[in-house]
Amino acid sequence: MTAPTPLVELRNVSKVYPATVKGAPDVTAIDDVSISIDAGDVYGIIGYSGAGKSTLVRLVNVLERSTAGEILIDGRDVAQLPERELRPVRLGIGMIFQQFNLLNSRTVARNVAYPLEVAGREKADRTTRVAEMLDFVGLADKAGAYPDQLSGGQKQRVGIARALASSPALLLADEATSALDPETTHEVLELLKRVNREFGVTIIVITHEMDVIQTLATKVAVMDQGRIIERGDVFDVFSNPQQAASARFVSTVVKGLPSRPELEVLRARHTGRIVTLAFRSDTVDQTQVFGELSRDGIAFQVVYGGINEIQGRPFGHLTLALTGDDVTIDAALDRVRALTTVTEVR
Amino acid sequence: MDSLINLLPEFWKATGETLYIVGLTLLLGGFGGLVVGLGLYLTRAGSILANRPVFGVLNVLVNTIRPIPFIIFLAAVQPLTRAVVGTGIGNNAMIFTIALAAMFAMARIVEQNLLTVTPGVIEAARSVGAGPVRIIFTVLLPEALGPLILGYTFIFVALVDMSAVAGYVGGGGLGAFALLYGWRQFDPVVTWAAVLLIIIFVQVVQFLGNRLARKALRR
Ligand SMILES: Nc1ncnc2c1ncn2[C@@H]1O[C@H](COP(=O)(O)OP(=O)(O)O)[C@@H](O)[C@H]1O
Ligand SMILES: [Mg+2]
Repeated sequence: MTAPTPLVELRNVSKVYPATVKGAPDVTAIDDVSISIDAGDVYGIIGYSGAGKSTLVRLVNVLERSTAGEILIDGRDVAQLPERELRPVRLGIGMIFQQFNLLNSRTVARNVAYPLEVAGREKADRTTRVAEMLDFVGLADKAGAYPDQLSGGQKQRVGIARALASSPALLLADEATSALDPETTHEVLELLKRVNREFGVTIIVITHEMDVIQTLATKVAVMDQGRIIERGDVFDVFSNPQQAASARFVSTVVKGLPSRPELEVLRARHTGRIVTLAFRSDTVDQTQVFGELSRDGIAFQVVYGGINEIQGRPFGHLTLALTGDDVTIDAALDRVRALTTVTEVR
Repeated sequence: MDSLINLLPEFWKATGETLYIVGLTLLLGGFGGLVVGLGLYLTRAGSILANRPVFGVLNVLVNTIRPIPFIIFLAAVQPLTRAVVGTGIGNNAMIFTIALAAMFAMARIVEQNLLTVTPGVIEAARSVGAGPVRIIFTVLLPEALGPLILGYTFIFVALVDMSAVAGYVGGGGLGAFALLYGWRQFDPVVTWAAVLLIIIFVQVVQFLGNRLARKALRR
């Protein structure tokens, strides 16, 4: 059996911006990135501001030209296509933006109709499709309104309706909820979930907010300085991040992992050794772990902790202060390591 | 006052000529300005048709011509005017010269107005596959329409101003009228009649421009 062609595949893609000031070094916004996104995925890309997320997503629909590598959409390399040939490709890729980017000179309905006009669809056809899309995003009553008469959440829903009007297989969302309040963010994320489930649209979600990934994504890649430093199923990365930068993102939403200042406080308060244990309910038996620790008479105290749920699967972290002689503790920790991930805090 | 009444036929003729000169220069210079302004906007670095040499040439041209006082510009482009219009004097020579000056003045205004369109909406249009021509007509011009109307209203006043020196090159209009019958004849009533009419023109156009712009901006 051959694996199905990924919907989007980047192979060793780089993007170097020439220096804006003479003498300054060039900016490598994307540094040899390879990534493969299957049809139906909701793929989250997270990273701090300046990590290269926006650049990466704009390479996918070639709004920005890569300086090296291949960009395959449905198996076809689009990286070097001339502008004219890119236009039909872009019709198959919807995009939504942090600032919504609606045309203020057009009504909601005509904004949604815009891609259909570009695609050369008949007027009657456009009208039907626009009504369908506005229905889907729950804005049928706003068809005649102008964007500046809408709230942020409504604007983004129009953005989504516009992006999906031409029935693309792929939706790019660049910080689509970053300008919205938490309530509205939640609504928009739920809508995007429906886009994925009901239309089967593959979504690439760019964000610097981990809770967006937590609610929406099935897979995640963590970007730092133009590179992907970690990737995998959302549950795996959240419950057991491998890189320091990933762990920092995870700690912004995952309850139970002490932040750096909190660790300082714990350090000051407890004389013993401090370790953090990861628990994934499906693989780690808590009773067994605590059994190993208490067997040699190590005194332990839970000093920090919490349980989370990602995609219906719980996981958690407990931070313990251990007192006893070092040799005994090391031996016990070795046995615990066979059961779960142990991070000692020094 | 009597002198003005006697001069009424000339006065109305001059009014007609001013309207003719200003109307035609607004049309020609305004269109030229739109084209050059779009050229500047589209070819600047990072824009959809970025082209350094073209932008450089346009930019230098606009920067050089715009600050030249009109009366000097009028004399300086005489050879070009003669080559294009066939003569260096009269209303048509005047129209050519004013339109040329207005084109470069307007180009900068158009460029500035287009720059108020957020790059994001252009990106959104590109993301659905819109090409440059479509973007100009469906995004840039409609999105900047309000400020553009105000820009054209603004240049109208400059056109009335420039048209007033037509008298120097044998052209007509209210400027020539005021110069000939008012100033030279020491008749302030005649001068002020011309001034008053020009003020009314400008006010009416400014009023219409503001209304249209408000409508375009839906405020
Ligand atoms: N047009 C550009 N010219 C030069 N440098 C750019 C340009 N766009 C982005 N960059 C640089 O590329 C890097 C990545 O930017 P970006 O992709 O916007 O990051 P993110 O979306 O993760 O915040 C930054 O260092 C940024 O300054
Ligand atoms: Mg960004």
